[in-house]
Amino acid sequence: MPVPSAADPERRLPVPGGGAHPAVPPAERFAARTAGMTASEIRALFAVASRPEVVSLAGGMPNLAALPLDALSVEVADLVAREGQVALQYGSAQGVPALREQICEVMRLEGVNADPNDVVVTVGSQMALDLVTRIYCDPGDVVLAEGPSYVGALGSFAAYQARVVHVAMDADGLIPEALRDALRTLGAQGITPKFLYTIPNFHNPAGVTLAVERRSEVLEICAEYGVAVIEDNPYGLLGFSGRVYPALRSMDPGVVYLGSFSKTFASGLRVGWALVPPAVRDRLVLAAESATLCPPSFNQMLVSRYLEGHDWRSQIKTFTEVYRDRRDALLSALETYLPEGCSWNVPDGGFYVWLTVPEGVDTKAMLPRAVTARVAYASGTGFYADGLGSRQLRLSYCYPTPERITEGVRRLAAVLEAELDVMRTFGSPVRSASPPPAVGRGPQTPSPDTA
Amino acid sequence: MTQNAPVSERTVAVLAGGLSHEREVSLRSGRRLAGALRAVGVTVREWDADAALIEHLRADPPDAVAIALHGGEGENGAIQAVLELLGVPFVGTAAPACRRAWDKPTAKAELARAGLDTPDWVALPHATFRELGARRVLDAMVERLGLPLMLKPDQGGSALGAQVVGTAEDLPAAMVSCLAYADTVLAERFVAGTEVAVSVVHDGPEPRALPPVEVDAKGGVYDYTARYTPGATTFHCPARLDAGLLEKLQETALAAHRLLGLRDLSRMDAVVDDEGRVQILEVNVSPGLTDTSLLPTAVDAAGRDLGELYAALVERAVERG
Repeated sequence: MPVPSAADPERRLPVPGGGAHPAVPPAERFAARTAGMTASEIRALFAVASRPEVVSLAGGMPNLAALPLDALSVEVADLVAREGQVALQYGSAQGVPALREQICEVMRLEGVNADPNDVVVTVGSQMALDLVTRIYCDPGDVVLAEGPSYVGALGSFAAYQARVVHVAMDADGLIPEALRDALRTLGAQGITPKFLYTIPNFHNPAGVTLAVERRSEVLEICAEYGVAVIEDNPYGLLGFSGRVYPALRSMDPGVVYLGSFSKTFASGLRVGWALVPPAVRDRLVLAAESATLCPPSFNQMLVSRYLEGHDWRSQIKTFTEVYRDRRDALLSALETYLPEGCSWNVPDGGFYVWLTVPEGVDTKAMLPRAVTARVAYASGTGFYADGLGSRQLRLSYCYPTPERITEGVRRLAAVLEAELDVMRTFGSPVRSASPPPAVGRGPQTPSPDTA
Repeated sequence: MTQNAPVSERTVAVLAGGLSHEREVSLRSGRRLAGALRAVGVTVREWDADAALIEHLRADPPDAVAIALHGGEGENGAIQAVLELLGVPFVGTAAPACRRAWDKPTAKAELARAGLDTPDWVALPHATFRELGARRVLDAMVERLGLPLMLKPDQGGSALGAQVVGTAEDLPAAMVSCLAYADTVLAERFVAGTEVAVSVVHDGPEPRALPPVEVDAKGGVYDYTARYTPGATTFHCPARLDAGLLEKLQETALAAHRLLGLRDLSRMDAVVDDEGRVQILEVNVSPGLTDTSLLPTAVDAAGRDLGELYAALVERAVERG
C-alpha cells in the first residue's frame, strides 16, 4: 500500500486547483442524470471532421447556400427599424401570435387543421422534445422509439432518465406488429410507456417513411394501449417526389406534433414548435416559461416576415432539388465503390442514408480508420439506447457537394476494405461483451455544428 | 500569476488543432495555454497546423512558437522539422528526439537499454499477424506477456485505442479496434499498481521534475472519458507514495528526459508496481495542457503559474534561436 508522504502536506492537492484555475468539483456533486454527459472518444474524433481536408458525411447541417441572403438582410434591417422595440423585447412564452397562425398554414400542407392557440413556439423542435419529455416522464419511465431513432431525442430521454424501448422498422417505417408486441411485452410487466416517439417522414437516421396505410394502425394500437404519440416531423416537406404525407396529427387530434423551420428555412434561428392538445398546452407553456421565459422574439418575427413576404414554398422546392441531386450522387457512389455485403435504403426525402456494412464490421471501432482516411460518418450505435447498431452507419448527403460526396464514398469504400482485411486476419472476431449502453460513454454522434 | 506586472512582452504563436485523432484535445490544450500566456502579458496568436501556417509564420513572425498539437505531426517531429527549416524558435523537443519518443516501441527499447524499467512488450504490424497466422502470434504474445494484456497503437496519445484485454477470447476483437488507430499494435504486460505522471520542466539552469501526480480514475481505467471529464478522475499531487518513491519517480523522469534527448518539457507516465519499481509506460514530448491534464496539475502543485512557466520556456527558445 502506498504510504502517504509526510512532506509538505500543504502541497497535497486532491484535485487540480490553485492560482487562477478553479478546482474541479468531484463527479458526485452533479446530478445522476448527468451520468451520460461525459467526454467521448467518438465525439472527439468528429473534431477533425470540421477540417476541409475531411469529407464529412457525419453531420446533419442543412445546406443554406440556396437562401436569398440579400433579401433577408433587407428584411432584418427593416425589422429592427420598424419593429425593433417589440422584436428586441421579451415576448409571450407561447410565441408570437402572428407566427403561430402562419405555422398552422404550414401544417395545413400535411392535412393538419390546428388552432394557433394550441401551438407553442420553441427554440428549435429540440426544445419542444425536451419540454415534452419533461412534462411526461419521471425517472425510470419507459418511452417507445423506433430503432434506430433520432439521437437528439435519445439525449433528451436520457437527460430525464427515461428508459427507451426500441420498436423495429422496415422499408415502410415502424412495423405495427412490432409495436403491438412491444406494448404487450411491457404490459405483461405492468408497464405502460409514457409515449411513442416517432419520426414518420424521411426518418433520421433510417431514411424511411411510414407507409400511409400503417399510419392509422399505429395510432389505433397506441390508443388501445393508452399510449400518447409524439410525432416529430422536421423533414415532412422535403420529399423528392413532391409528395406530402398526411401527418399523424391530421388523423388524430390527440397527437403531439413537433415541427421546425430548421430544415425548411434557417437552422440558426432556432425556431420550432409543438402543436399539442389543449389539455397538454398549459403545462407545456409553463414548462417553456421556466426554461427560457420566452422564445426569441426577434427570430420569430424574422421567420414570420419570411413566411409572409417570400415564396417559401418555392424555396423548399429549391432545397429539395439540391438534396435530391446529392442523394443521387451518394447512391450512385455507394453502388460503384462499396464492397460486397453492404446494403442501404433509398430515401425519398430528407437528409440520410442508413447503411449496413458486412457482418462483423463494427462501425464505431472503424471510425478512427475513417478519420485517418479523411472521411467521417456517424456510427449506428449512437442511434440506439440499447447498444445495437454496431453494423450500421448513417451517411448524410445534405451538406457536401455531389463531387465531395463521391470522393467521400470512395474513401469510405477503401476504409471498409482495409477493415475487412484486418478482420480476415483475426477471423471475424465476435465481440464477447455486448456494447455498453449510451449512458456513461458520452455522445456518440457529431455535435450540431458538424457539417 | 504571482505578480501583477506582465512577465513577458513576447509574441507567441500557439499551434493547436491539426488533423490527428487528438485534434479536440489539442484545441483544448491550445485554448488553455493561450489564456495562460495572455495572463502574463504575452501577445498570443492561435494558429492551426494547416495550409495557412507557413504563410502566417512568414507574414507575422512570432518571437517563438509553442506547440500544443497532440498526436501525429505535433509529436512525431514533423512540425518541429518545419519550424527548424524556417528558423522559427519553438518551445519543446527538437525534431529527431521527437521522432524517437513518439514511436513507443523505439522509446521503450531505448529506456530498457539504459536499465530503466518498462513493462515487457512486443510491437507488431498487422502484416505480421496476417502472414504468420493471427492465432499463433497471439498465442505466443499471451504466453510471453500473460493476461491481462495492455494493447495500444504504437503511436498516439490520450489513451485513444488503448485497452486492457482480460481474456484470450477478447484479443482478436481488441486487435481489430486497436488497428483502426494505427497499423502497428504495441502489446504490453499489464502492470498493476499506482498510476503516476511526472512532468519535467527546464525553466532554470537544469531540468527539474515537478511533483508526481497520482491518477485515481473512478471507473478504474484512465481512458479518454476518465481523462477529459472533469471530476471523473481524482488527481493526488504529490502522489500518495512515500518520500523515497516520490524521489525515485522524479529521478526516473529526469533520466528518461535526458536519455531521450528531450528539451524544455516532457511528461513521463508510469506505474509504481507492487514491488515499488517505477515502470515507465511512455514519455510525451507534447504533454496535454487541458483543464484536466496532468502537467498543469503538477505546475499548480509546484506553486508555479502555467503562463509564467511557458513564458520562461519561450525565453529559452528565443535564446536558442
